[in-house]
This record gives sequence, structure tokens and C-alpha cells, in this order.
Amino acid sequence: MNGIGTLKDLRQGQAARVKALLSKGSIRRRLLDMGLTEGTRVECLQKSPAGDPTAYLIRGAVIALRTEDSSKILIYA
Amino acid sequence: MKRINDLKPTELAIRKKPPADKVIAIAGNPNVGKSTVFNGLTGLNRHTGNWPGKTVTNAQGYCEYRDTAFVLVDIPGTYSLMAHSAEEEVARNFICFGEPDAVIVVCDATCLERNLNLLLQILEITDRVVACVNLMDEAKKKNIEINLQALSEKLKIPVVGTAARSKAGLDRLMEAVKNMPDGETLTFLPEYDKPVEDAISVIQRVLKRIPEIGINTRWLALRLLEHDDRLTNEICGYLNYDLKRDADISVALAQADRILAANGISQETLRDRIVSSLVGAAEEICAECVVFKNKNYNERDRRLDRILASRLGFPVMLILLTVIFWLTVSGANYPSGLLAAGMSELEKILSGVFHALGAPDWLHGLIVHGAFRVPAWVVSVMLPPMAIFFPLFTLLEDLGYLPRIAFNLDRYFKKCSACGKQALTMCMGFGCNAAGVIGCRIIDSPRERLIAIITNSFVPCNGRFPTLIAILTMFFIGAGAAFGGILCAVFLTGIIVTGVLMTFAASKLLSKSLLSGMPSFFALELPPYRRPQFFKVIIRSVFDRTLFVLGRAVAVSVPAGIVIWLLANISVSGGSLLVHGARFLDPFARLLGLDGVILLAFVLGFPANEIVVPIIIMAYMKAGSIAGLESLESLKTLLVQNGWTWITAVSTMLFSLFHWPCSTTCLTIKKETGSLKWTAVSIITPTIAGMIVCMLFANVAKLFI
Repeated sequence: MNGIGTLKDLRQGQAARVKALLSKGSIRRRLLDMGLTEGTRVECLQKSPAGDPTAYLIRGAVIALRTEDSSKILIYA
Repeated sequence: MKRINDLKPTELAIRKKPPADKVIAIAGNPNVGKSTVFNGLTGLNRHTGNWPGKTVTNAQGYCEYRDTAFVLVDIPGTYSLMAHSAEEEVARNFICFGEPDAVIVVCDATCLERNLNLLLQILEITDRVVACVNLMDEAKKKNIEINLQALSEKLKIPVVGTAARSKAGLDRLMEAVKNMPDGETLTFLPEYDKPVEDAISVIQRVLKRIPEIGINTRWLALRLLEHDDRLTNEICGYLNYDLKRDADISVALAQADRILAANGISQETLRDRIVSSLVGAAEEICAECVVFKNKNYNERDRRLDRILASRLGFPVMLILLTVIFWLTVSGANYPSGLLAAGMSELEKILSGVFHALGAPDWLHGLIVHGAFRVPAWVVSVMLPPMAIFFPLFTLLEDLGYLPRIAFNLDRYFKKCSACGKQALTMCMGFGCNAAGVIGCRIIDSPRERLIAIITNSFVPCNGRFPTLIAILTMFFIGAGAAFGGILCAVFLTGIIVTGVLMTFAASKLLSKSLLSGMPSFFALELPPYRRPQFFKVIIRSVFDRTLFVLGRAVAVSVPAGIVIWLLANISVSGGSLLVHGARFLDPFARLLGLDGVILLAFVLGFPANEIVVPIIIMAYMKAGSIAGLESLESLKTLLVQNGWTWITAVSTMLFSLFHWPCSTTCLTIKKETGSLKWTAVSIITPTIAGMIVCMLFANVAKLFI
């Protein structure tokens, strides 16, 4: 995976780094609180059986995010 | 929408014994064993009101260590203090304004970096912090090495490694708390970019000159820079000093804002920078203090997740639920019979005593058939299933399975514009709906939280389970049938699924009407799995939950028994009050597939659902007559004599699942929402749902027979 995409595009088992957050306000705050700062490595672990949300490995913690929110996180390889 | 935004949990109130007691707050992320540390330090001699996955009541306990008495306060588990959810506000306000003598921050050794974020935020508020790195045993298993001494040197605070489940390290933790120096200490503080630091010091200089400000000035300066009006007002209220009216502060703040603006830092980027610096500091500290010797230390968790939270997730969920019900039903059968027989013997002895003393009939009836028989029924029918169901459920909780349920179901909640964490609050509702309602605090969005509160009673609480089990066994399985237990479990699972589907329907409806809105941001942590501690789980769930719920049920059923007996035996113009009431409700109840007695029983069962069946029995006993009620067989005979068919049975079960919440739950809803309107909606919604479902079922079913 090269160039810039969003976290939503990450497939199971793939990893990437955070480029920027597109969300504003309290959501942005929450994402940052989880440690999603620029350059942080994120790995896609698995999708929920219903297809959404998806579990990501972020700084040693497993956190599930919905597509709506993960599509607002820009990543690079 | 204004009312919704006012949702606020009750504040923490501390009951100190003597004033010399030291108040210790126990903070930490959720799922790090905060409650285990708390229990380990205080012993089991107090009641926490802990329900699946959550400390519901603000637990407070006492502990003595080397002649010093400590009041320990278990504050809500949060990841951060800055995002302003209801829970975070309670935690922040207590650390900030509750003036604890020290704060123990419990961290998960297997996930230290994430936990340090909260610890660093707390360090900004107070220097009286002890870090408790818990789950050292789990970290060892995962080959994660933590240099506690290096961590302590970095943070400049005491750091103690513990494995609270085996009580390892708790003594050293208290030693560290007791040895905290009295004066101010210089701890590690996250450092921000130069312009931010400059802005902070401009404001701090002014704040330091104001004697009324008894809280950390650096922290206060940061919060003022963020221009968070809500928090500022709260601080002003606490300090009893209007910061916004102070001319010096206003001038300093304006100057600080200019410094930031000159460096291109807007409000939004300021917050970014603050959080990034915290996260960066945590990363840096961990890089020096933590070594992951095995890069794949999480492999076991991932493998479990591939079973429990993958496509297999749904069938596994249903099978687990069915197995738990099967164990509950078949395990409870025998002790229930034994208890019922024992209670019946006791009743005979009691009767004998009354007759021997020549007590009048009415007194005998009032005490034996009212005050004794109702709680006796409640105990023999409720205790065994609870004593099995709660520990089993707690095992799943201990394992870390419940967040996976929320993960699996979130998509459907999202489709109803609700929050996946609602699944967790429903799990709490299994034990007690009032606990489930309080548990809704974990949902950040006020709108989604209200939806979860209003729909919580769609999961049958422990007071309703025995009713469901008894009716199922009588009418659909037949006591003693070969596969009775399994069949009953499958039916019960079906009932739960019905409740869950109704939850979705009602949530969707609410999202389209009274509580319209879009689903909000959702982030759910899937904590590491942990091997449940069988023995402790059993002890804990028996004492913390089973006895608590049973005690409440008995406390309600004794006076209720007396009142019901009176209603059944005071005659006015040719019929008892109970009969009059039942007769009045009868035409409407028939529409729902019930009869007047059943509907009246639900009305009178408002204080506690446990007493619904005893009321029905007592009302019928007046009409027909029956020798004893040792077995479900004789109970069934009584019901059938009074016109019960399988349609009545199903309708009663459906109505038990969907009707108004009990009085305790209603009071809790009022307290949690602070609004009569939402309490009313919470009563009306399940009631209407129940009436529609029962009416549809009863009338359609009658077409087929």
C-alpha cells in the first residue's frame, strides 16, 4: 500500500501510519486521546462479523472503530 | 435537545469516619483491575454493587495500614480526563475538587503506554500520585518486561508493581501511599511546545498571586487557554471565585492568546498539541521502561477473537447463552424443589405454632399466607437460578467476553442510530435493570444514552427470569421431560432474542421520533482476555449480586405479601378487593391474552417483579383451593383450573418481558436523567410495546385453535 489512503481501506493484517485526522472537535480529541497522533502505527486486526466496526491495534490496545470514523483518518504506508 | 445535555451523574460524596482519615482515590482506565485492587485493599466486607463490566455505585471502602486509616474511593474508569463524557467529569471533578490525600492510578502492565496518558493527565492536576502497575502476572506470561524503577525515576513518583488478583504487591502499594511526603514534590510533567509553555507561564504568574486558587495553577492555566466555558464555570463554582471577572486574568489570558496566535496556534491546534505532547511523552517513557520480548505477545487474544468476534461470533454467542441457561435451569431444578419442600415444612410448623397459641384465623392468614409464603416462594424459586446464573455470567465478564458482544452487535445498533455499548448495558440489565440504567453512563452521546436507558427493561432482569423459567417448565416442557432442561434453555434464549429484537425496534423508533439524530462517534476497546478466577468469581457474585438482589426481593416481598393478603381477604360488597380489581381489569386484560388477575399482579408487582407469580397464586387460591404448592405440577393445576392455556402462558411471558420497569428502576431513571419526561417515556415505551405484542400474539394465536 503506497501513498495516502484512509484507515477504512486497510485490509485485515495490513498496517500503516497515521498521516492526519480529518475529524474536528470532540471526535478529534478522542482519536488523539487513543494515541492516534501523526506517525502512529495502526494495524487492522479484523472486522466484526456484521462487517462493521473494525478492530485496530493502536499502541498495544485493540480498539474498534466504525467505517464512518475510520474513513476520516488519513494514513500512509 | 437542551434537557438531554443536562444529563449528569450524581457526584461522588465521601463519608469520612474521623477527620484524620486519609482519602485515597483509585483511578485508572477501564478493565485494568481497578476494582480488584480496591477489593484487595478493603477486603470483601463492603458492598460495591458491581455488575458486569462496571463499577456502578461509587464504591467506597476502608482500609487500615500500619495504624493509619484510609478511605478508598473507586472512581469511574476512564481513558482520559479531557473529553467530557459524564464519567470523565465525575473522575476529573473528584481528583480535582475532591481533595484526595493521594491518587492511586492503576495501570495495565500489558498495555502501559495507553494507560500512561491518563496518569500524565492526573499528574498535571496533582503531585500526590502513586502508580500501581497492575497485572504484572499477565505481563510476565506475555513476556513483557517492565522496569518499574526506571519508570519511577522517570515519573518521579512511587511506582509499585502488583498482581491484585493474587494480592501480590498490595502491601507495598499501601506502604508507598503511607510514605508519601507531606509537602509539594516535583513530579514529571509533560512539556509542551515553547509557545504553549510561554502562554502557560503568562497566565500562571497571575494565578499564583490569587490566594483563593487552591488548585494546580499550571493545570488551570492550560484549561483557561482552552477556553472551555463549561469547565471554567465549574472551577469558578468550586473555588467560589469568578475567574472570568478578574481583570488581571483577562489581561493575561488575552496576552497568552496573542502569543499562541503569533505562532499560528489556533484553539483547535492547541488542543491537538496538548494531546499529542501527552501521547508523545507516554511513548517516550515506555520506550525506556518496557521491553516486549515476544513481538507476538497478543497471539492468544487474536486467536480467541477470530472465534468469538468473527463470523462464528453470532452462533457462538447464542450457544453460550443457551448453555448458561441450560446449566441454570437444570442445576436449579433440584435445589429449588428442596428449598420449596423445606419452606413448606417451615410453613406447617409456623401454622402449628399459631394454632397452638390459639391465634385468630386472620392473623394466621396474614402472617403465614401473606408475610411468610410470598418471600418463601421468592427464595425457593429465585435463589437457585441466581446462584448459578450470576457466577456463570461473571465468568464471561471476567474473561473479557462482554465487549466482544458489543463489537459483534454494533452494526445493528448503528442502523438504529444507537451505540454498540448499549449491548454492554443490556448485559448489566440481566442482573438488574436499575444497574443497567446506571451502566448507561458508559455511553457518551446523551441521545444514545437515553435510548439505552429507555430500552433497558427489554432485557429480563433477575426478578423476571424465575417467572419465565417457571412458566416455561410448566406449560412447554413438563417437569421431568428427558430433554426438558435443554428445551427450556432454547426457549429462554428465544425469549432473550425477542427482547433484543424489540430493543432494536424501539431504539430505531426512538431515533426516528423523540430522540432523532445520527449515530455519533464510536470507539470500543477490546481488552485483553484474562483467565477467569473461578473461586473468586463465585464468592464475589454470590455475595455481591445474588444476596443483594435476593435481600431486596425478600425485603419487598414481606410487606407486599401482607398487603396482597389483605387485598385478597378484605371483602367489600361480595368480593375481595383483589377480585374487584381483577374484575375491573379483566375485559382489557383479555385483549392481551391475559386475565384480570394476571394484569393486576403486574400492576401490584411494580415494587418488584419477583412478586408477580405469588400474587397470581394468592388471587387464584381464593377462588379455587389447593392443598400445597410444593411442586410446579400443583401450581400448573391451579393455573389451568383458572383458565390458563398455552396462549395465556405465552402472553404472560411476553408481558413479563415487555412492561413498565419496576419502581427501583423508575427511580433510578429519574435520578440518571433528572427528568420526569424521560422517566415517563421509559415507562410508556415498554408498556405500549408489550400491549401491542401481546394483543397481536393472543389474537392471531386464537385464530389457529
